[in-house]
Amino acid sequence: MAQSSQVLLTENRRLGKQTVQFGHPPAIAGFASVVGPKEGQGPFGKLFDVVKEESLLGEKSWERAETMFMLEASRLAMRRAGTAREDIDYMLAGDLLNQIIASDFAARELSIPFLGLYGACSTLAEGLGIAASFLSYGIARHILVTVSSHFDSAERQYRYPLEFGAQRPVTAQWTVTGSGAFVLGPTGNEERTPRITHWTCGRVVDMGIKNPNDMGSAMAPAAADTIQRHFEDTGRGPDDYDLIITGDLGKLGLKLATEVLKRANVTMGDSFTDCGAIIFGNDQDVHSGASGPACSASMLGGPLLKRMMAGEMDRLLIVPTGALFSPTSFQQGESIPSVAHAVVIEMAPGEAEGRP
Amino acid sequence: MGASKGAGAARNGSGKNAGGGRSKTSRPASSRPASPKEQKKYQKIAQQARPRPPVLINCIKAFLTGGVICLVGQGVLNYFIRIGVKPPDSGGPLAGVMVTLGALLTGIGVYDVIGKFGGMGSALPITGFANSIVSPAMEFKREGYVLGVGARMFQVAGPVIVYGLVTSVVVVLIKMAVMALTGKS
Repeated sequence: MAQSSQVLLTENRRLGKQTVQFGHPPAIAGFASVVGPKEGQGPFGKLFDVVKEESLLGEKSWERAETMFMLEASRLAMRRAGTAREDIDYMLAGDLLNQIIASDFAARELSIPFLGLYGACSTLAEGLGIAASFLSYGIARHILVTVSSHFDSAERQYRYPLEFGAQRPVTAQWTVTGSGAFVLGPTGNEERTPRITHWTCGRVVDMGIKNPNDMGSAMAPAAADTIQRHFEDTGRGPDDYDLIITGDLGKLGLKLATEVLKRANVTMGDSFTDCGAIIFGNDQDVHSGASGPACSASMLGGPLLKRMMAGEMDRLLIVPTGALFSPTSFQQGESIPSVAHAVVIEMAPGEAEGRP
Repeated sequence: MGASKGAGAARNGSGKNAGGGRSKTSRPASSRPASPKEQKKYQKIAQQARPRPPVLINCIKAFLTGGVICLVGQGVLNYFIRIGVKPPDSGGPLAGVMVTLGALLTGIGVYDVIGKFGGMGSALPITGFANSIVSPAMEFKREGYVLGVGARMFQVAGPVIVYGLVTSVVVVLIKMAVMALTGKS
C-alpha cells in the first residue's frame, strides 16, 4: 500500500492559493441519499438509498416535505456510520429556501449544534470542506453534513406557481428533489473507506450572465476557475482523477466549462462530467439537465460513493457549483455571480493510522 | 481495481508531467474580477453554445392550441346567440364560460400541460388569464387566505390588469383628442 502513506498525511498543508491538503484526511463514515420519484426513474434510480413514491410525503407543505427528506437522509447516514445523534459534534446544513428553513427545521428535530450554510447549489462542498477542516484540526470527532432541495418548493420561490401553464426555456434546469447526508469522522467502517484529502475553496466569478433560466452558462466559468486553480495548486491534472464531476452545470454548462478550460489550455478528457447532466435521462424532459444542492449531494451520497466502495473508482474530484442570485437581484437587473468548490475524495484504509 | 481505467499509471507519473491535459503554456488562473471585455467575450461564447428553441414548431403548436381554444369559444358564442342572447350582449357570458373552463382545467391539473405544449397559444386567450390567477391562488393557499391566496392571486395577472387599464385610458385620451380636433362628437 504505497499510496496509503501518501493519503494519510499527519499535517495539514496549504497548497498554492486556494487549496488545503488535510492531515488525517477525514473519513466519510456514513452516507445516504433520499430522492423523489422523478429522480428514482432516472438512470441512477437503483443506486439511491431511498426513492419516495411522491414528493409531498404526506406533509402539509413542500417546505416541510423538504425538511423530511433531509431528516431521513441524515438519520440514515448516522445509522450507517454507527453514530448516535449524541456522537455528532456539529451539523452543517444548507438548502435553497429563504433563510435556509429546510435545514433550520431539520436541525430543530436533530438537536445537534448547528451551523447553517448557504452556497446555493455548491453548499455540499462548502459543508464538506469546513467539516473536513474542523476534523483535521481535531476540534470535532464527528460532523454531519447535509443539504437538500425540492422541485416544488424551489419553483414557488424562484419561478412560477406549479399549475401555471408556462413553457420552460431550452436552457432551463430541473431542481432535484431529495437530500444527501454524510457523516465525517476519523475512521470508516470498512477496510477501505472514502476520505476527503483536499479542498479547493472557490472564488466568486461573474461573467455578466443575467438569465435565471440559464444558470449553466452563469456557473460554468466559476467551475472552470476552481478546477484550473485546483490543478495549479496541487500540480495535478485531469488524468490524475478517475472522475471529475461538477454539481449542476447541466448539458450547456458542462459544454461551456469544457470550452473555457480548453481556452486556458486545460484539456478535460472523458472523465469530466456533471451530476446535473446525467442524473435524469434524456427522455425525462428536463431540458438542459438538473440543478439544486441535492443534485450533487444525492449523486455523491448514492451512485458515486457506492461505486467507489465497490472499487470502481479510487480518486474523485467533485466540484459542486452554485448560482448566487435571488429573485430580488434578478428583478433589479443584476447579473448572476457564481461559485464552485472542489473536494477530492480518495479511497484509503478505513482505520486511521498513527492518529494521536 | 482493474476498472479504474489506468488511472494508477497516470498517477505514478504525476511528478514529471502532472496530468496529460496540462501543458507548460497553460494560462495561470486569474485572481481578480473579470473585466467587461472578458465578460463580453464569454457571453459571446455562451450565446453561440446555447441551443436554439424550435421556433417554427412552437409557432405551429401555439397556433393550433390557440385555434382550438378560439373554436370552443366560437361554439359557446354561437350557442348563446341561438338561445336568444343578442350578439352585442353575448361577450359577457362567453367570457364567463371561458374563464370558468380555464379555472376548472387549472384546478384539475390539466392547463399546465396544455400550456407546456401550446405556449403563447394557451396563455393569450382568456382561459390563460384564468390560469394565471387560479394557479397562484392554489399554490399559496398554504400561506392562508389573506396573505397567501388574497395577496398572491394576482402575482402573474396583476401587471396585465394594470397595464391593460393604463393602455385603455391612453387610447380613450387619443380618441377624445382626435374628436376634439375634428369637431365630431
